[in-house]
Amino acid sequence: MTESTSLRFHVPEPEVRPGGTPDFSKVPIPKAGSVERPPVDVDPRAIRDMAYSIIRVLNKEGEAVGPWAGTLSDEELAEGLRHMMTLRSFDARMQMAQRQGKTSFYMQHMGEEAVSCAFRRALEPGDMNFPTYRQAGLLIAGGYPLVEMMNQIYSNEADPLKGRQLPIMYSSKEHGFFSISGNLGTQFVQAVGWAMASAIKNDAKIAAGWIGDGSTAESDFHAALVFASTYRAPVVLNIVNNQWAISTFQGIARGGSGTFAARGLGFGIPALRVDGNDYLAVHAVAKWAVERARKNLGPTLVEYVTYRVGAHSTSDDPSAYRPKTESEAWPLGDPVIRLKNHLIVRGLWSEERHKQTEAEILDTVISAQKEAEKHGTLHAGGKPSARDMFEGVYAEMPPHLRRQRQQAGV
Amino acid sequence: MPRMTMIEAIRGAMDVSMERDDNVVVFGEDVGYFGGVFRCTQGLQQKYGKSRCFDAPINELGIVGTAIGMAAYGLKPCVEIQFADYVYPAYDQIVSEAARLRYRSNGGFTCPIVIRMPTGGGIFGGQTHSQSPEALFTHVSGLKVVVPSNPHDAKGLLISAIEDPDPVIFLEPKRLYNGPFDGHHDRPVTAWSKHELGEVPEGHFTVPLGKAVVRKPGADLTILAYGTMVYVAEAAAAETGIDAEIIDLRTLLPLDLDTIVASVKKTGRCVVVHEATLTSGFGAELAALVQENCFFHLEAPVARVAGWDTPYPHAQEWDYFPGPARVGRALTETMEA
Repeated sequence: MTESTSLRFHVPEPEVRPGGTPDFSKVPIPKAGSVERPPVDVDPRAIRDMAYSIIRVLNKEGEAVGPWAGTLSDEELAEGLRHMMTLRSFDARMQMAQRQGKTSFYMQHMGEEAVSCAFRRALEPGDMNFPTYRQAGLLIAGGYPLVEMMNQIYSNEADPLKGRQLPIMYSSKEHGFFSISGNLGTQFVQAVGWAMASAIKNDAKIAAGWIGDGSTAESDFHAALVFASTYRAPVVLNIVNNQWAISTFQGIARGGSGTFAARGLGFGIPALRVDGNDYLAVHAVAKWAVERARKNLGPTLVEYVTYRVGAHSTSDDPSAYRPKTESEAWPLGDPVIRLKNHLIVRGLWSEERHKQTEAEILDTVISAQKEAEKHGTLHAGGKPSARDMFEGVYAEMPPHLRRQRQQAGV
Repeated sequence: MPRMTMIEAIRGAMDVSMERDDNVVVFGEDVGYFGGVFRCTQGLQQKYGKSRCFDAPINELGIVGTAIGMAAYGLKPCVEIQFADYVYPAYDQIVSEAARLRYRSNGGFTCPIVIRMPTGGGIFGGQTHSQSPEALFTHVSGLKVVVPSNPHDAKGLLISAIEDPDPVIFLEPKRLYNGPFDGHHDRPVTAWSKHELGEVPEGHFTVPLGKAVVRKPGADLTILAYGTMVYVAEAAAAETGIDAEIIDLRTLLPLDLDTIVASVKKTGRCVVVHEATLTSGFGAELAALVQENCFFHLEAPVARVAGWDTPYPHAQEWDYFPGPARVGRALTETMEA
């Protein structure tokens, strides 16, 4: 007879809680330049190890090293730095606007700027992103007007979404930015469908899906991988692992899988892990995955290893669940500072120029803010018409909505 | 005019739509090579190729989710959920995404998809092959919900649904696939070839969404029905000798309120019948609308005959299914009230 043991229930815990000393010493960080760069038509089985490593280009000295370096020109790198600085400045102003009661809600990107800003530069016009609420860099690096973003955040009379959507749930078909939904994970599988459509029509456009570490636990993540694998859809499936899902550390979603990227292996999808705070590495990996998709070689799963420096949202206080200084201990540093140092090392940038650029960007953001505020903020000034509330539910307004609009007296 | 089954009519609608519009794609579980477990897509893959009609993994969320992405690209996917009972894994994609995409993006993205699913009982389908989940969709703003009751309407409504710019839930009463059914399970079934509504035009034609039809004019009371219940209502009226006006709603959302109100104002009495469970079923909405719009014309309370508030049982099929006897009792009681 088997000896009976009492079972014990396992609940993963982060290594450190508030009051503790942040410790990332157990996070293995490979040296910059140490991971190979396979050809895009590589057999996924030959690069399984890459799902457990981290592709990095910038070393501690700020030099670009290894086989993934060299995908961007000097001008493009300087522009990339500006994009990240713009996103950071935009975040700070909108965070403040929320505190001032000009809007109800905001979500920052602090620490994750490189991911969306660099990825956007690997796409072609006509490609479509299916973003989450933390990829505004796709809009900024894609040239979407800051004023339009702010109009949406303020739900004012010029809001392109007519005040129907919660702040930051942007939408712009023209800029390859799919309508953001509050329901997590849903867009990941829609991205696969968009890519399938492009293949069905023998088009040349590709799609990019986006999801956070926490939301990979949603069923939509699994569905997306199944469909992408089955139909070899031209899609780049991006997981932004910022270590945290509100208060929940990444181990709760990841379980025993080792890495999020490793989840792709069981589906036969090549999976890469990349330093999400390394603008050059993000761009190089994005370019590789995009090229793979465009050459009809199928989907790629990419995990961006980064850290959510800010609070989850303006409604969140991280000091309740993680050490206050944890972000400072994060071993991959700050994406803005790392790219800045790289450009300085190369003689393409200086502290002075950085400060000056920072001031210029702040001016741009403030003037955009002034422009947006002319059209109103959430509780003051111009606002969308109450009539707009009834429009767009259907292509044509059905009789019951016409009756309700009449009842509403608008 | 050729006579065909509802299956052939539905297949014909997809065939016509695929022929006319390269952007129409059809997929779902067993839909491709095999032609569907109910044969509704038979031959479409051979005719249009695997990129237009294909088999999907068993993942309802994935079927609807990818269809939404395809629609955002510009295709017009007409997807199948094998049984309406299995639509729930896709519910988030339908409610949170398909229904709201136009609204939340201010028309920047739209979702012209059709989600076909066999619905309804009367076939000993037990708990997971008999449900009628229409009320879970009529409660969702942004969706259209259609339930045909005969081959002619099935083809015309499905073509309309595929051409419609908004997401349409298309519920096909599987009990009616091969012939009309009035609830008399002890009598031989009739085939659509023996029924005038089995006459379906060849080629392209449409039946407009949002329009009900009076199946049988009458003076005594109004019966609001859809799907299989249209035939049950006809049988119940005939057997009780009550001169009922029978309205086949065809589209539940948006609803043809004008036709309903005109009829109830004329008859002064109204009985609502559906297979779905009673509490918070679509009948509650119909009863409320009739009460609001026809209150001073009503001579009796609005009655509802529906499935019991239980999961759909197996052995007790005919105790559960609202057949002609139960509907007939409600008609008599409403006339006597």
